[in-house]
Amino acid sequence: MLNNLDLLSLAPYLNVQLLLDGLFIGATFALAAYGLALVWGVMNVKNLAQGEFVIMGGYIAYYFAKDSVVRIGIPFTDVLLVEFMKPGIHPLWTLPIAIPIMFVFGWIIYKLIIRRVIERDLFTSLLATFGLAIFLQQIMNLVFGPDVRTAQAGFHTRLLNVLGGAVTVADIRLISLIVAGFLATGVILFMKNSRMGQAIRATAQDARAARVMGIDTDRVYAFTYSLNAAICGAAGVLVAMIWVIQPFYGVTYSVRSFVIVTAAGFGNIAGVIIAGLGIGVAEQYGSFVFGAQFQQATVVGLLVLALIVRQVQQGRKRQAVQ
Amino acid sequence: MALDILKLTRRGVFAAMGVCAAALIGGSAANAKVEGDTIYLGSAISLTGKYASDGIHSRNGYDLAIARINEMGGVTVGGKQYKLKVIYYDDESTPARGAQLAERLIKQDGVQFMLGPYSSGLTQAIAPVTEKYNVPMVEAEGAERSLFTKGYRYLFAVLSTSEQYLASAVALAADLAEKNGKKPSDVKIAMAFENDPFSLDVRAGVVDDAKKYNMQIVIDDKLPADLSDMSATLTKVRALQPDVLIVSGHNKGAVTAVRQLKEMQISVPIVAMTHCESGGIVKEFGDAANDILCPTQWAETLSYKDKYMGSAAEYDAAYKKAYPEYQTVPYQAAQASAAVLVWKEAFERANSFDVEKVRDALASTDMATFYGQIKFAPEGNNIAKPMVLRQIQGGEYKVVAPLKWASDSVNWPRKTAAN
Repeated sequence: MLNNLDLLSLAPYLNVQLLLDGLFIGATFALAAYGLALVWGVMNVKNLAQGEFVIMGGYIAYYFAKDSVVRIGIPFTDVLLVEFMKPGIHPLWTLPIAIPIMFVFGWIIYKLIIRRVIERDLFTSLLATFGLAIFLQQIMNLVFGPDVRTAQAGFHTRLLNVLGGAVTVADIRLISLIVAGFLATGVILFMKNSRMGQAIRATAQDARAARVMGIDTDRVYAFTYSLNAAICGAAGVLVAMIWVIQPFYGVTYSVRSFVIVTAAGFGNIAGVIIAGLGIGVAEQYGSFVFGAQFQQATVVGLLVLALIVRQVQQGRKRQAVQ
Repeated sequence: MALDILKLTRRGVFAAMGVCAAALIGGSAANAKVEGDTIYLGSAISLTGKYASDGIHSRNGYDLAIARINEMGGVTVGGKQYKLKVIYYDDESTPARGAQLAERLIKQDGVQFMLGPYSSGLTQAIAPVTEKYNVPMVEAEGAERSLFTKGYRYLFAVLSTSEQYLASAVALAADLAEKNGKKPSDVKIAMAFENDPFSLDVRAGVVDDAKKYNMQIVIDDKLPADLSDMSATLTKVRALQPDVLIVSGHNKGAVTAVRQLKEMQISVPIVAMTHCESGGIVKEFGDAANDILCPTQWAETLSYKDKYMGSAAEYDAAYKKAYPEYQTVPYQAAQASAAVLVWKEAFERANSFDVEKVRDALASTDMATFYGQIKFAPEGNNIAKPMVLRQIQGGEYKVVAPLKWASDSVNWPRKTAAN
């Protein structure tokens, strides 16, 4: 451990490498967490299927990025209606496909499941989304199989000379960071300026008052949940290009999202983004200094610290009993 | 309130019906140990869930060998010829379900002879059950060392145990160091192993061999199971420049390592990892996977043979003919087939279906198969077959160690993947 710290001070460029890699990783976490913060803050639904939405986005990227034969026929018969070769497109171009697909998917899930549990207590919505997560895992396993998949973006790596050493930056990671930034900005502007964004914020503040003012909160909820699914889908496309996807890997993103939102608080967009990036960097440093086995311990340790600090701060403020 | 009661009772009725139906299904299967001219083997295997693809490789392997043995006249016991048949249940890749199904196979279906499940975890869940009922099990897919330290009497495994997986890479590094005028003790090793029992077994083997040569382990990272990023570990690799990098973290570990070695332009003279084939790194990354060393239980180019399957190459051809969807034959299938061959010879040597006699016949197995020599230690693991090390050269897997079976010489040092 001390050796690794020495290494960091002897070769300062390693810090740059860790910092950059941390930011790249954190950006995708922040994206998924941002969606969770929306759903949690507006609807008070803790969506345990967050990670599965991310992985679904990844599979959409994987599917559209590879060449495959498409056969459409009548189920349970041998009748084949259409058969054609679907050429693969660059995985980055699957973003505009994944986002609407996941949006519609989110809408359907809302109408089928979430709408029925939104007014119930915490456990009902936890159980419902947990069940949804298991269901989605198994469906993806049936459709795509349990093998580890990636979408090949085929970009190069840049070698930068920083502080007396070579730092590598994979183009695909840089692009992902930029895309994540764009998406986050887009969503923030949307929430600030559009009618629907205002309605969402109003509902988040007080759903009953919003209803009184004529806002169709059911539609707002449906939109919020779908928006979350779409954001997760976009994050998934990036994940498929940078790392790997597999039907059961969603839980990583669910856990990270919960950690980030818990640390940042869900009313706090900037906080979520900073916490997301911060967790990415903390994981890198934790892993480098203490070894990969302590990567998550570092993150969870930081979360505990954040919660303690918050508790102390809140203890100082006097609060009205609700 | 009345409605609630109604609901409850209705639910109760359904539950009762379910129990009855289950009992009926269970009861209808007769004592299936040996019935007429058929010997029933039982196996709980992963046909769905996270091990589904490997589970299916194994089942295909069992089925292929059983079809071949039945074609050749079956198993001769007491002058009578018997066919082999397997009763399969899907364990859904979960240990608890596996143990439950093993119990069902033994108690309800009356199976007295078992084939193993897929993965060490499932084998670990099932072995206590087979042991409890004194049912011998020949398994082909559980390599974990701890399976063979518990004193199991009825467990036999045809494959090499996991601590042997990458130990050969250490020996190879020592050889190469000596050839190039360096001392083996100068060799620096970086290790990244997933924090699960299998990978830690592999690690133990590497650590033992590294100690033997007095090599220095400069990085010893244990990757968490849900980790999909190795960049921090690889940054350390870049800083410390080891001579050997060894990675084991299932399919995800292999895919992540190859991708990030390329992305981060890391050059290490020897890179060895498990799960190259099942991770599909050649298909996925092409040239970036070149010169990586991968251990394997079996390869179709080895010169092993037997009278049932012929040579390893003939097995390869037969498998591809039976299952045309495969381009390469996974070793998981080959070892599953070998387990069936072990059963056949054990029945014939015991010349009886008495469980104890069959168990003793299994224990005294010493046979050559297309999969390699099989001879069990008192603990039940196969001590006669070595692991082989293959290197990816031009997108193909070539055997490079041990020298006795090497078809090609090793490429050293590994070239960094082209950017």
